[in-house]
Amino acid sequence: MWDYSDKVKEHFFNPKNAGAVADANAIGEVGSISCGDALRLTLKVDDESEIILDAGFQTFGCGSAIASSSVLTEIIKGMTIDDALKVTNQDIADHLEGLPPEKMHCSVMGREALQAAIANYRGEEWADDHEEGALICKCFAIDAVMIEEMVWANKLRTVQDVTNFTKAGGGCAACHEDIEAILEKVLAEKGEKFDPEATPSKQPVIEASKVPLTNLQRIKKIEQVLDSLRPSLMADGGDVELVEVIGNTAYVNMTGACNGCQMAAMTIAGIQQRLMEVMGEFIKVVPASEMSKLVQITA
Amino acid sequence: MTDIYLDNNATTKVDRAVVDVMIPYFLEQYGNPSSIHKFADGVARGIKQARQQVQNLIGAEHDSEIIFTSCGTESNSTAILSAIKAQPNKKEIITTTVEHPAILSLCEALEKDGYTIHRMPVDKAGRLNVDAYQKLLSDQVAIVSIMWANNETGNLFPVEKMAELAHAAGVMFHTDAVQAVGKIPMMLQDTKIDMLSLSGHKLHAPKGIGVLYLRRGTRYRPLLRGGHQERGRRAGTENTASIVGLGKACELALEHLEYENTHVKAMRDRLERGITEQIPHCFITGDLYNRLPNTTDIAFEYIEGEAILMLLNKAGVAASSGSACTSGSLEPSHVMRAMDIPYTAAHGTIRFSFSRYNGMHEVDEVLKVMPGIVQTLRKLSPYWDGDGPVVNPEQAFKPTYA
Repeated sequence: MWDYSDKVKEHFFNPKNAGAVADANAIGEVGSISCGDALRLTLKVDDESEIILDAGFQTFGCGSAIASSSVLTEIIKGMTIDDALKVTNQDIADHLEGLPPEKMHCSVMGREALQAAIANYRGEEWADDHEEGALICKCFAIDAVMIEEMVWANKLRTVQDVTNFTKAGGGCAACHEDIEAILEKVLAEKGEKFDPEATPSKQPVIEASKVPLTNLQRIKKIEQVLDSLRPSLMADGGDVELVEVIGNTAYVNMTGACNGCQMAAMTIAGIQQRLMEVMGEFIKVVPASEMSKLVQITA
Repeated sequence: MTDIYLDNNATTKVDRAVVDVMIPYFLEQYGNPSSIHKFADGVARGIKQARQQVQNLIGAEHDSEIIFTSCGTESNSTAILSAIKAQPNKKEIITTTVEHPAILSLCEALEKDGYTIHRMPVDKAGRLNVDAYQKLLSDQVAIVSIMWANNETGNLFPVEKMAELAHAAGVMFHTDAVQAVGKIPMMLQDTKIDMLSLSGHKLHAPKGIGVLYLRRGTRYRPLLRGGHQERGRRAGTENTASIVGLGKACELALEHLEYENTHVKAMRDRLERGITEQIPHCFITGDLYNRLPNTTDIAFEYIEGEAILMLLNKAGVAASSGSACTSGSLEPSHVMRAMDIPYTAAHGTIRFSFSRYNGMHEVDEVLKVMPGIVQTLRKLSPYWDGDGPVVNPEQAFKPTYA
């Protein structure tokens, strides 16, 4: 059984704006191929102000698809269509107090129906801009199509490469077999052979130290490694900031989307792993919030 | 209203009598059956009795043909891997498109290792073509693995006949019978079935105990090697309490076999009739005249299964669905796809599976809530308009698929 939030249940058991709006002038019909769900969104848009006066949905789908549709209609009613277009699938999920990773595509379907409806209102043809595949990495909700595209585009060869580029496989690691299968398939299409022993190719190369580092060297090295990791953090709207280095302990602040993210602990563990690999010595990475405790102890 | 459990093909409640015979093996006779002291005294006898109880239920010729394992999946893996290991020159396996993942995933992995997998299709009622099967049999085939009963539709496959054909062609035959054992009578000694898998938790024994039936003389290679347990055919200290519990459950299943095929069947039939009479645009999937007595799988058109289950759950009724959204993988039921059920119906399939613990009054309760649930969801469906489906549903609503 899915662990649905109370908000999802509320919208599922008592959906808002179910049914078609009678005199709709914007209609969006989209489906999600990965699970067969489909949604028709009907809007009544005021031609003067371009404000969405009324919204209704009809959904062929599961609990979270119905809840996503329902909450979407609540969010966009009263918005101008320009503002409505800024509603992301994450907004839909947030309004529902979260969705299980396997169900995030329901919120994507909602956003797409909205785009399609507005395109319909404007007399445009809506073209889908992404393809969705089977969910591979459940920790970070990365699907097969995304991984395949990244493998193609960036000439990735190892599971580690895939993790560096997409985060897929960076959590519990249970999907590594599936990622290997994708690598095998894509590399075969390119006429290459997947080699599980191959060294990850795309990591920025930073020489490992042979001699013990001075504190200044250590800080510089840590900054260097953090810089190399920054792009993948920023891709998720987050960042990391080095606050202090005491001995072998690096204190960092996770900022942006990383701040308060459930995955922050995992990300910190990943940073620590990378630091140790590059620096060839034991490094402990600790959230800067822990520093106050340290001061109290030493003082 | 107390909650109604109609998901017995997923798992069953452990019978009180089964729990009772198990308790002493946790608290008193907890010795290792291999030990020589009073804590182990009688444990080996308990296991022997359980072996005979399993033997009686499935009609095996010898009790030594019963190998206790940890689950149905282990039994299935052991059977197939044993067959290919014992016959390294045979590189083909015959199975069906509608097997349980315990077989299909293993075959997929073996395919990568170079094995040729023949996955036999089924027709719209979920039936196999035995003539086509016969043509696949050859000296290249290491093993045939075909389920006795399908978990979703309850369809029964003619495994006894297919085992005869395999035997005549000199091919080993395995059947995954986890859904069939305890629900239909079987007498393995009169068949040519070489191996059979069963699972305790499908017949009111605990989870974590299974059996591989291995016909005497069948060439065999163990999956787990180690101690002498199960005559060296499945090493690892015996799960004594569960083995004894499974034995008791098999004894009870044998006693209730007639009840299963009369009273339990009557409940299933009444539910099925009630639903199909009251609710428009729904139909029973599978082979109506050749299936388990306890199972019905009903497709409710134009709505989706998980949504139905959530509303059923709210009404206190537990069932399951072949819809994509109820499985963690998001894959629609491979059984419904294999039967070529249109997706507007396949996604709305609900399986009700009964046991001897259910009562006729529960059927009436479900019949009271089901029409309202279907109506509620159809009101939300883009394929539905007022009292019926829109005209030409698949033309009228053609979403852009992403």
